[in-house]
Amino acid sequence: MSELLDIFSTPFMQRALIAAVLVGITAPAIGIYLVQRRQSLMGDGIGHVAMTGVGLGFLLSASPIWTATAVAIVGSVAMELIRWYGKTRGDIALAMLFYGGMAGGVLLINLAPTGSNANLSSYLFGSLSTVSSQDVTAIVVLAAFVVLVTMGLRRQLFAVSQDEEFARVTGLPVRLLNLLVAVTAAVTVTVAMRVVGLLLVSALMVVPVAAAQQISRSFTVTFVLAVAIGTTVTLGGTVTSYQYDVPPGATIVLLAIGVFIVLTLLATPLARRRSRAKASPELPSETVRAPDAAKV
Amino acid sequence: MQRSVSQSDAVISLSAATATLGSRPVLRGVDLAVQRGEVVALLGANGSGKSTAVRSVIGQVPLTGGSVELFGTPLRRFRQWARVGYVPQRTTAAGGVPATIREVVSSGRLSRARLGLLSRADRAAVNRAIDLVGLTDRAKDSVSALSGGQHQRVLIARALACEPELLIMDEPLAGVDLASQEILAATLREQVAAGVSVLLVLHELGPLRPLIDRTVVLRDGLVVHDGPPPAGGLLPGHDAHHLTKEDCHPDAVHAAAAGVPTGLLG
Repeated sequence: MSELLDIFSTPFMQRALIAAVLVGITAPAIGIYLVQRRQSLMGDGIGHVAMTGVGLGFLLSASPIWTATAVAIVGSVAMELIRWYGKTRGDIALAMLFYGGMAGGVLLINLAPTGSNANLSSYLFGSLSTVSSQDVTAIVVLAAFVVLVTMGLRRQLFAVSQDEEFARVTGLPVRLLNLLVAVTAAVTVTVAMRVVGLLLVSALMVVPVAAAQQISRSFTVTFVLAVAIGTTVTLGGTVTSYQYDVPPGATIVLLAIGVFIVLTLLATPLARRRSRAKASPELPSETVRAPDAAKV
Repeated sequence: MQRSVSQSDAVISLSAATATLGSRPVLRGVDLAVQRGEVVALLGANGSGKSTAVRSVIGQVPLTGGSVELFGTPLRRFRQWARVGYVPQRTTAAGGVPATIREVVSSGRLSRARLGLLSRADRAAVNRAIDLVGLTDRAKDSVSALSGGQHQRVLIARALACEPELLIMDEPLAGVDLASQEILAATLREQVAAGVSVLLVLHELGPLRPLIDRTVVLRDGLVVHDGPPPAGGLLPGHDAHHLTKEDCHPDAVHAAAAGVPTGLLG
């Protein structure tokens, strides 16, 4: 217990925990739309592109979090444009973007006077001790944007991610909303970069959502559960990482996968009970109801 | 102002429409109008261009020539989407995250609740739409747990949630069991009775036959028949052997005779 209090009284751990909670909320909040659009790996691609931004930050002696945000946004918009226009060789173009982004990051950081691959590694896999107070300010601002978009526009984003063609006929600005999802995903990547690391960001966007949907039937419940799971594993992972001196990103992701496995094992008996409960009234009512409804 | 009365009465007006998919011409000069209160079925074999024609009406497929008007307004300037209910082919509407029937149907209300805030009246309209297709007691179920026919009913409820004046449906009966077909027919009958205009793509008239005012048959991207639904079981255009000269647009006969390669009909 005293050890736990010790965690909360250390300034760098306070910063790390604030960042962790915000990552736990934002990553699944945008991730759910990516999963719904079957673009689960988009976060991974943005993470690769953001490496160039980190390198650029070191080279220009600017805050890597803002340069990474800028480059990640440019990259995500490019990916969205490729999705619209590059129907034929879209995968090749995306591969170029991913690997170009990664190579650019390594090259730039080695050119920078203060940079080395060791610096890069803390951005790739996350690091608690390096979360500065400027980082926390940036993370709070960016996370606020992500929360505003993913919750404020949830009905619009749900419609666009569920059925783009239908959404267009409801008069929604589909392209604008798609771009907004891409930009928000890019912003989330940089929010999560310090704690989880660029290479594991995508896991936190996808795994809590995948875990939540094992036991939920509605979008709203999946959303709430995914954010709850995300927050739990980022906090748990951060504390574990501090106590056992292991990298936070890896700990958080393995915890999330653990939750996924547990919920998947729970889901099968749950679904069986639901279908059993339904099965008895279901069959007769379905056939009886049909002509009734036809008369209405 | 310059438009004649008959034209301004058309809720859909597609004129001399041409469209290509890739480099292949799919529409080769299609004229199609739906008057207010009319129920028009668009028929034709696979690859005849009927789906493309419908999707060009809603702007999903860009036209390479000709024009589309909705309610007398050119499509490019059309903004009153709350007047249109659209039912896409079932395959396009499946997300990777669970969603309940009510959640999916609610998204159909967005054309009226632009900011995404559903008022009490909006929620009532959503419930009414779910009730119309007979799924009220399943509103909280995940759409992925539904049969093909029930899923189709959800998509129709979603289109009805905005209380449209015009319904556009792409193959609403495809993969739908008989019980659901009857419910769909009843739902549609009620809408038509309330004055809703309908354009629907069909493979066969089936239980909807009594509702149809006019059939338009496409073949190789051209209209080959435009008139009352055929009396017998025969659908013009579905089988080349059944086509008579009267059924056909002269160009189509000529095109067929010339053997225009479409790569669609084998």
